[in-house]
Amino acid sequence: MKLANFRFETDADGIALATWDMAGRSMNVITPEVMSDLETIIKAVAEDAAIKGCVITSGKPDSFSGGADLTMLQGLGVEYARLVKSKGEEPAMSYFFEESRKLSLLFRALETCGKPFVAVINGVCLGGAFELALACHHRIVSDDPKTRVGLPEVKVGLFPGAGGTQRAARLMQTGDALQMLFKGEQIKGLPARNMGLVHQVLPKEAMVEAARDWIKAGGSGVAPWDEKGFKLPSNKVHSPAGMQIWPPANAIYRRETQGNYPAAQAILSSVYEGLQLPMDLGLRVESRYFAKILRSTEAAMMIRTLFMSMQDLNKGARRPKAEPATSLKTVGVVGAGFMGAGVAYVTANAGMNVILVDRDQEAADKGKAYSHKLMSDQIMKGRAKTADREALLDRITATADYSALAACDLIIEAVFEDPKVKDEVIRKIEGHIRPGTIFASNTSTLPITGLAKSSKAADKFIGIHFFSPVEKMMLVEIIMGKKTGDAALAMAIDYVRAIKKTPIVVNDARGFFANRCVLGYIAEGYEMLLEGVPPAMIEAAGRQAGMPVGPLSLNDEIALDLGLKIMKATEVQLGPNAIDQRQKAMLVEMVDKLGRMGRKAKKGFYDYPEGAPKRLWPDLVKLQPAHLKPEQVDMTMLKNRLLAIQALEAARTVEEGVVTDPREADVGSILGFGFAPYTGGTLSYIEGLGAARFVAMCDALAKSYGPRFKPNKQLREMAKAGGSYYAATKAA
Amino acid sequence: MAEAFIYDHVRTPRGKGKADGSLHEVTAIELGAQTLRAIRQRSDLDVSLVEDVVFGCVDPVGEAGADIARTAALKAGYGKTVPGVQINRFCASGLDAVNLAAAQVMSGNKELAIGGGVESMSRVGMGASGFGIAVDPSVAIDTYFMPQGVAADLIATKFGFSRNDVDAYSVQSHKRAHAAWEKGYFNSSVIPVKDINGLTILARDETIRPGADMQGLASLKPAFAMMGEQGGFDAVATFAHPDVEFVNHVHHAGNSSGIVDGAAAVLVGSKKAGKAMGKAPRARIKAYATIGSDLALMLTGPVDVTELVLKKAKMELKDIDLFELNEAFASVVLRYQQAFDLDPACLNVNGGAIAMGHPLGATGAMILGMVLDELERTGKQTALITLCVAAGMGVATIIERV
Repeated sequence: MKLANFRFETDADGIALATWDMAGRSMNVITPEVMSDLETIIKAVAEDAAIKGCVITSGKPDSFSGGADLTMLQGLGVEYARLVKSKGEEPAMSYFFEESRKLSLLFRALETCGKPFVAVINGVCLGGAFELALACHHRIVSDDPKTRVGLPEVKVGLFPGAGGTQRAARLMQTGDALQMLFKGEQIKGLPARNMGLVHQVLPKEAMVEAARDWIKAGGSGVAPWDEKGFKLPSNKVHSPAGMQIWPPANAIYRRETQGNYPAAQAILSSVYEGLQLPMDLGLRVESRYFAKILRSTEAAMMIRTLFMSMQDLNKGARRPKAEPATSLKTVGVVGAGFMGAGVAYVTANAGMNVILVDRDQEAADKGKAYSHKLMSDQIMKGRAKTADREALLDRITATADYSALAACDLIIEAVFEDPKVKDEVIRKIEGHIRPGTIFASNTSTLPITGLAKSSKAADKFIGIHFFSPVEKMMLVEIIMGKKTGDAALAMAIDYVRAIKKTPIVVNDARGFFANRCVLGYIAEGYEMLLEGVPPAMIEAAGRQAGMPVGPLSLNDEIALDLGLKIMKATEVQLGPNAIDQRQKAMLVEMVDKLGRMGRKAKKGFYDYPEGAPKRLWPDLVKLQPAHLKPEQVDMTMLKNRLLAIQALEAARTVEEGVVTDPREADVGSILGFGFAPYTGGTLSYIEGLGAARFVAMCDALAKSYGPRFKPNKQLREMAKAGGSYYAATKAA
Repeated sequence: MAEAFIYDHVRTPRGKGKADGSLHEVTAIELGAQTLRAIRQRSDLDVSLVEDVVFGCVDPVGEAGADIARTAALKAGYGKTVPGVQINRFCASGLDAVNLAAAQVMSGNKELAIGGGVESMSRVGMGASGFGIAVDPSVAIDTYFMPQGVAADLIATKFGFSRNDVDAYSVQSHKRAHAAWEKGYFNSSVIPVKDINGLTILARDETIRPGADMQGLASLKPAFAMMGEQGGFDAVATFAHPDVEFVNHVHHAGNSSGIVDGAAAVLVGSKKAGKAMGKAPRARIKAYATIGSDLALMLTGPVDVTELVLKKAKMELKDIDLFELNEAFASVVLRYQQAFDLDPACLNVNGGAIAMGHPLGATGAMILGMVLDELERTGKQTALITLCVAAGMGVATIIERV
């Protein structure tokens, strides 16, 4: 038997062991070659009378497999597009359908070959790989804490289309299955067994033997759903029980996705229709939905941004290749306020030592106490042990003594956002650190080039913009000052990778990348208020467009007085025409006259009653100079405006050279401010619509709502030339 | 076009639609058959003249399945020549059945037909026939499916009706229904349901609570709050109506229509049929209309269909003396009243389904009969009958005394 990716041996008892171990890869992945090997194995097991059954396991020490190769699926789309042109829509679709369900048919062939298959799983087993396991007749997972099974496809705009929806829904109560498929969570061994997804949890050394024993003991090669008299876990779909399940499931889909994620809806339909059919037909229906979803813009954009680009950036795609590996053992964090305390925590949590410095011991201790609190929360949730907390706290030295910074490989300064304070602290720090130490300044508003002037070594000086709260937000903006050198960039990227966050590298400009886009979103909310749009509709439009919260909510979270402060400062610097005076008047009313500063004041655009959900402030309508009736408001227009204003700002950052890689704008916008993930990010949103269409839409918006919607020159030219941000980057 | 006239109508009293309801022991077929027997007996009708029996039934499964109209007609002794057809447009089925009977007469295709409906909610159960639009994700999501109670709460929120408003309406419904019975307004049309020995099983509507008051109603918890919040339906409601920030849940069992058993039948025919029967027509079916409207509000179809039916009848609002709108939920009626700025004294004057119950497939025919009796009693001329319907539909009929 010729196999490229498996070892295959049969023991004296006639039990075959297929060990999946792809050469040159740290993790197994399903490729066309792997599928061909599996086909060979299934055939051999089925036809060789001497083989009683087969155990499938991985030859990798820490993993089973991460699933299917998503580029394989992308390739299918390219071929489909080619065939549409050469042969027409129907033949192209027919090809696409058959090709996209090959994996499903292969797994079904395994399941119905007549001999028992056992999956033996240690480490991660996700997506298509777990669908392979689900097609096996018995599943054993290791009790190793790193073992995870799951079907996370929905997170990249796909769904488990190789039998995953059908088998999960035949193994578990329908509600539980839908929840698992919706969330795409990775599940540890024991919970997986309790959910009914796997049969045994064992120490990894004992698994293969247990699998053999199961086959020897007469383990059945027929799946439960292929047995006569099989009953669905939640009974029939059309039944009183089904009435309890399906209407809420459909409504919860709407609530959780705002209708923006076709893959999640396809999960619902695949399960709903599939459970009313025998397995083979259920799989066919699932395949039909899969072929449809695979061709969706949402899937294409989400795979690119949330899988490919995110992976690239997490691997340090922007790290200067020539720079040698850095050694990061001790990080100095100066300023133990809210941001500094969070930075100290994530740094210590990643195993590094932290010197946490503030002006006095009390302030430094207070910053360290934040780590104590966060770890205690983890312990309460059962995610950490007391010993973990003590070990983490041991790694943080809180002190008022700047000379302790001499031990540091990297300095992160996170003091108050005031140029004078920063200048003073930078000089003071540099009096104590080793020459050549990389110096990072955490700031969300101050240009790095300006701050670098306080430094003796501007080439070693870089910006690291953390988002708040640091421990939760996954994005970090790395800001290149004019003179920042490659060593500083390499160190910053290495650091961000070490704390398991995603870095994007931007060039120095007011607001950098993320905050510029977000401010546009909030300001558009003001515009709508001034136009007289009912406030609830503004907020709904934000959510329906796919943003995590409406613009008024977001403003309340950030605090209205901060916005007013920025506005006043801008006015002082650039004159009264630089800001919108109507917006300012409204903010002055809210902040200065009414003290409605946002959530922190328990009143802003919303009221925040104790122990009850927040509600829009009823009198907000009285501040509106005009009032539109709900039926006069076009929700699609509101949604378009709220997304377009952000995408336009992103496009401008590209033209200005603030962002140089579209992957960073896309990943950064989703991780940084939750930009509608189904679009694939700010630039992918433009490309998903088509740049030309987007430009036309913005021109129309500019006509109706003002020049802020005018597309920038580079975008306009790109649209005209039929270009795209990604194509341009590839070419360069 | 021929004209269609109403010659007679009867209804059963409505029994509480549970195992302890008086009509629970009576089969759905028998309920329907008793109305058909009554129509026959009251006019000494030669049933061979009846060319069709159209019955509304919303859950036509089990004993109510397999064409209950034909089955009930056979059981009532109408004989092999009288056909029957069962139809379903949810809550308006009974009125649709009358409209369909009238349409056949107007078209000249038939001279005499019976429209009506039957529902034994205690025996068959609401939703027993399945609910594709609620469960199939490929339609339920796009059509904003919600349980009707949540939609009724959305109406209350959007159009500004408080818990007090809906409760006060409920109190009025019970008071009006009770008063109507006390004064004998229903006597001529409600037939007692009897057993095979002629013993009366139920003679009066069973769910009216003359003592209903605001205090008692205030103690009831909103019935759809948990469903709305945990079942995700509030999010569907506010998605479809983004001007509504949150749904204020105001409805409960006390201000929603009751679940009951009952049946009704209306004898509809041409002028010629009247002559053949030797009967004078009581009212003309002047116009009828059906409509689809906002899916999420679901129950505001009566507003839209009223405008349509008036147009079809070439009439104006002021030409209508009495309005009869099924009291599916209090907010449905309050919204209707608000939309047309109606005087409450001409709307549901003898109470409705909040007090007496809503036997789904039969109600339309019942309320048409009730308002006809009221026109005759008060010497008024015209009435508009309308019902809200699941999936955002509405049905209406205008009748005019002759």
